[in-house]
Amino acid sequence: MRTADLITAAVLIAGAGLVIFDSVRVGIGWGTDGPNSGFFPFWLGVIMIAACLLIAIQAWRRSTNTPFVQPAQLRSVLKVLWPATAAVVLMQFVGLYVASALYMGFYMRWVGRHRWVTVAAIGIGVPIATFFVFETWFLVPMPKGPLETWLGY
Amino acid sequence: MGLENLALGFHHAVTPFNLFVAVVGITLGTIIGVLPGLGGANGVAILLPLTFTMPPTSAIILLTSLYWGALFGGAITSILFNIPGEPWSVATTFDGYPLARQGQSGQALTAAFTSSFVGAFFSIVLITFFAPILAEIALKFGPPEFFAIQLLTFSSFVGLGGGNPLKSLVSILIGFILAAVGLDIVTGQLRMTFGFTDLMKGFDFIVAVIGLFGVGEILLSVEEGLAFHGATTGMNLRVVLDTWKILPRYWRTFVRGSFIGFWMGFKPGGATPASFMSYAFAKRFSRHPERFGKGELEGVVAPETAAHAAGVAAMLPMITLGIPGSPTAAVMLGGLIIWGLQPGPLLFKEKPDFVWGLIASMYTGNILGVIMVLAGVPFFAAILRVPFAILTPLIVVVCAIGAYAVHSSMIDIWYMLIFGVVGYVFKKLDYPLAPLVLALVLGDLAENALRQSLIMSQGSLAIFFTRPIAGAITAVAIFFFALPVITPWWRRLRGLPAAAPAPRET
Repeated sequence: MRTADLITAAVLIAGAGLVIFDSVRVGIGWGTDGPNSGFFPFWLGVIMIAACLLIAIQAWRRSTNTPFVQPAQLRSVLKVLWPATAAVVLMQFVGLYVASALYMGFYMRWVGRHRWVTVAAIGIGVPIATFFVFETWFLVPMPKGPLETWLGY
Repeated sequence: MGLENLALGFHHAVTPFNLFVAVVGITLGTIIGVLPGLGGANGVAILLPLTFTMPPTSAIILLTSLYWGALFGGAITSILFNIPGEPWSVATTFDGYPLARQGQSGQALTAAFTSSFVGAFFSIVLITFFAPILAEIALKFGPPEFFAIQLLTFSSFVGLGGGNPLKSLVSILIGFILAAVGLDIVTGQLRMTFGFTDLMKGFDFIVAVIGLFGVGEILLSVEEGLAFHGATTGMNLRVVLDTWKILPRYWRTFVRGSFIGFWMGFKPGGATPASFMSYAFAKRFSRHPERFGKGELEGVVAPETAAHAAGVAAMLPMITLGIPGSPTAAVMLGGLIIWGLQPGPLLFKEKPDFVWGLIASMYTGNILGVIMVLAGVPFFAAILRVPFAILTPLIVVVCAIGAYAVHSSMIDIWYMLIFGVVGYVFKKLDYPLAPLVLALVLGDLAENALRQSLIMSQGSLAIFFTRPIAGAITAVAIFFFALPVITPWWRRLRGLPAAAPAPRET
């Protein structure tokens, strides 16, 4: 936890540094009609650095360093995260419906070890239901791919 | 003056379509409240895109009904599964789960829903009378007063939010900074885009809510390796009626819980402390304090009454001042802007049919809600028996759809994933997420109020102290900001032991 706290504080300080840098570029003082664009973000950045330094000092003084995450826990988190990331990449090529069908099917089979019948029913049924709710009922378009084009949508 | 307006509101809220919308909202809301990883705030965020084509009154009724449903849903998981769906349901588990283990789950659930209803109803009545008065006062507010109120909102997260006050402060700053990214509307300048065209649009808070609360929460719950060991529901009409016969005995607890809830609730982050405070008071004044924690019905009544009174009271500053008291109210405020309404006190003058329709729908929504959850408990509890490996990818997909629908842009789904990881890390490191979201929503408003105030005063910060109303509010805000520094010093002075850290509102 201590290490994670220190790393987070360092990342936030770096981010605040970027904010201050860009604010100075656009101007932090008084413009022709009031404060410049950089005025508000500049002071936010300054307070942020101060607060993060104090957090880092607090963390540094703490003697215990319990691990941020157990290896087993991290594995189950990554099991959700990397297929989700892969699905988002896939979405750009095959659209949201096909990608989510593959993602749900993969997760249910690989993590849940559900029967193929369940996997197929939910993996295909849910995207089809979503398709009708969003595309035809509420007219909110989702990313579509070759399959939808082939079907005429 | 309030009553004919309320009648007008009922005229708008009680149409077949709006009642249908309320029923749909409550059903979805309860499901969302029951599911791990989906709570009121991101449920409302995910459904927001579906309301773009609706008339504003129906749209807000859908979203508020969803919120009531989510509030009710939290009680179901707390009592049957010992899993508090929301932080303000934690106190409900203390006596609710033991009751369920003793086979009294029907009684506990009936008590919880009835208490929620009573607390909510109390707050709605107060809102009906106070909202127009508060809006009338707020009409006289200028930019310095609005900035002072914003300051007060955020100071109460730092001073009263529990947890590490520095981390609350950092969360607020991150929210404000993210809100500032992109085009500055006042000067037309681009800031903090570093040459990336994707950053020009800035960060949408809806995407942030879905990522931080939705995806982040899912990651946390898979890490904990969720397993549901549920008690059976045991609900039927007999149990409901029998419990209703006992409940009037606890009228003192109801009254106390309602007042605590309303008082704590209209300030941000009030629902969780209100529920704990109400529980503590009920225990202290009880003739059998030793029964608390082992399955005392009063221990369910007290926190549920207060939490719902607070949850409803959070709507008061949202309607009257345009400043939300909770992340869910913040998302609704974002909805108002998208539907083309200007949140703030003028809404009472310009759109009375909308405001009073909303207030009237709070009555109908809560009455419908309590009936629906009482009847539907077995159905809602069955949702948690769906295997986790099916629920998890389903929730992730629902989140992705919600994030994409806001602007029809792929980059938002990526932001959602990133916010999800950030939410997971922040939650583990005790950085609160609610102030971040609120700051992201209010960022532009706060910055504009600050700039206009400074223009009025030629750049002097004294304007926040010299105007009487702004000065008083700023003084309270500064007191709250200083509270984490003052409290330990004061305790040492009085020779008291250091306080245990308070539980954190998400």
